[in-house]
Amino acid sequence: MEKTVNQKAWFLILPVLLLVAFSAVIPLMTVVNYSVQDTFGNNQFFWAGLEWFEEMLQSERMWDALGRQLMFSAVILTIQVPLGVFVALNMPKSGFWSSFCLVVMSLPLLIPWNVVGTIWQIFGRVDIGLLGYTLDALGISYNYTQDTFAAWATIIVMDVWHWTSLVALLAFAGLKSIPDAYYQAAKIDQASRWAIFRYIELPKMMGVLMIAILLRFMDSFMIYTEPFVVTGGGPGNATTLLSIDLVKMALGQFDLGPAAAFSIMYYLVILLISYVFYTVMTNLDKKGG
Amino acid sequence: MAKITLDNLAHSYYPNPKGEDDFALKELNHNWADGEAYALLGSSGCGKSTLLNIISGLLHPSQGRILFDDKDVTHASTADRNIAQVFQFPVVYDTMTVRNNLAFPLKNRGADPKYIAQRVQQIGQMIGMEAELDNRARGLTADAKQKISLGRGMVREDVNALLFDEPLTVIDPHMKWELRTQLKSLHHEFGHTMIYVTHDQTEALTFADKVVVMYDGRVVQIGTPQELFERPEHTFVGYFIGSPGMNVIPAQVSGKRANVHGSSLNLGRGYGDLTGKVEIGIRPEFVSLTQGKGLPVTVRRVEDVGRHKIVRADLFGHEINIVASEDMPISADMNRVTFDPNHMNVYVNDWLKVGEAA
Repeated sequence: MEKTVNQKAWFLILPVLLLVAFSAVIPLMTVVNYSVQDTFGNNQFFWAGLEWFEEMLQSERMWDALGRQLMFSAVILTIQVPLGVFVALNMPKSGFWSSFCLVVMSLPLLIPWNVVGTIWQIFGRVDIGLLGYTLDALGISYNYTQDTFAAWATIIVMDVWHWTSLVALLAFAGLKSIPDAYYQAAKIDQASRWAIFRYIELPKMMGVLMIAILLRFMDSFMIYTEPFVVTGGGPGNATTLLSIDLVKMALGQFDLGPAAAFSIMYYLVILLISYVFYTVMTNLDKKGG
Repeated sequence: MAKITLDNLAHSYYPNPKGEDDFALKELNHNWADGEAYALLGSSGCGKSTLLNIISGLLHPSQGRILFDDKDVTHASTADRNIAQVFQFPVVYDTMTVRNNLAFPLKNRGADPKYIAQRVQQIGQMIGMEAELDNRARGLTADAKQKISLGRGMVREDVNALLFDEPLTVIDPHMKWELRTQLKSLHHEFGHTMIYVTHDQTEALTFADKVVVMYDGRVVQIGTPQELFERPEHTFVGYFIGSPGMNVIPAQVSGKRANVHGSSLNLGRGYGDLTGKVEIGIRPEFVSLTQGKGLPVTVRRVEDVGRHKIVRADLFGHEINIVASEDMPISADMNRVTFDPNHMNVYVNDWLKVGEAA
């Protein structure tokens, strides 16, 4: 085909260019700018090169936060993915109750993050919260403001409550796309319930499950609001996840340089892991033929 | 292998069917002979898949019984009936190799591993996929997947019947022919009882020993391809089988003569005085376009399909099709048709009326 040159075409992409510039490129560049400079106030900045990056890489504080973060993501993924699949498998496949389940399960997904945090913060209080009070009355020691294990348990259960539905809904969509003939063939072949899951349902769900895992990983890796509202990162630093630590550093201590270097590395880690996921996913698809 | 008997069988998808119209499958008695190949032919929604699913046990009938070799299996599960079914869309276990796919039904039934290995090899050879046995099933073409489905059905030696639910729908045209031929030779060699559902008359006529034609939830005719062609028992069979289908022309019949819009025709057989909706049916192959004698027609168009010509004409306001040989010249003054009396059928209320030889 003959290509027509028309410089006016630039005007057509201008709106997008501006939008992306203001929403992503300029803020990101600001962060890059901070990460290579130092300031003593008065809007005076000095060139610092890669010093902040070196400092952050040697900072025990950052490694600890990263460790906690990986731990958090790993735990919620190992709970939410199997649980979501289990829920999807046991949902009614059609009719009123199917729609009912879908609506009820979507509800937690619609609640704003800080509200979820507040709900659980109150729910877990020993003096007035239903959960905290009940556990206390049963003689179980539970205090998420003082006990590390209780704090972790609370934010994990909260995340499971908030997000398992997403995995379940995606898995359910995957299950619904399996034609009846597969189940009928399995019946004729006398396949066991486990074999049906292993050889029909799981392979057919794999695509959407990978998306669910990717979404849940990214979200949990960047989580801030909910644990912050519940524990504020405590007790001590026990639930100070990466983003909580980052905000503390940037806005609490106003260490803009280190915080900027920190967030760039944080960004690169997410990018890297998502890229690996994406590659694995597309390879799966290709094999799917 | 088994003989399959349908005894007063009927099915409705409504819990409390009121009239006959509520039945997707109307009352039916039939024996499927052991080792024979049947085709269930009909247009979409005529109840043929319902019937197949009842035989395979995926659906339980509202009334009647199904017997396999005189044993009542009406309430037996699909697995207990020991049948195999090949579906419209190829069902294979994607993550398994072809070999494991074929072995799956035997493994689930706890067969001896040595026997499984040997049997799978044999089936692989039968379906012509020996070389691909260790490939993964995913990524194979639709026809290869369909062959695996078929192989999975045949792997059990004691299988009572092989059922096919429009198995060639998603297959490329040139592979359809190959698969059909392969199926037919497998049938000759191993003599499975086969029931093959399709809406494609070519598929049905080339595959089956006997074709069962269904219309509106009812079996309208069971017969060999030749019987269906020469003596359709219902106008639907006449119209559905053949390309183009049988011409059906309203007429008054009295004795040996039919009256079509004032023109008299010799029927060759005696019918007495018929009342109700009376029609005569004649296949386009037995209608000739002539000059001077016969019924007057107006030719609308002529289609040359290669082997022969199809003349579309108008007879007293009814469309009529005529098959003319390829080399026959068709001129403008050919405006009459004659019917071969040996191939004229008379229908009363859509059902064939058998005449008495005069």
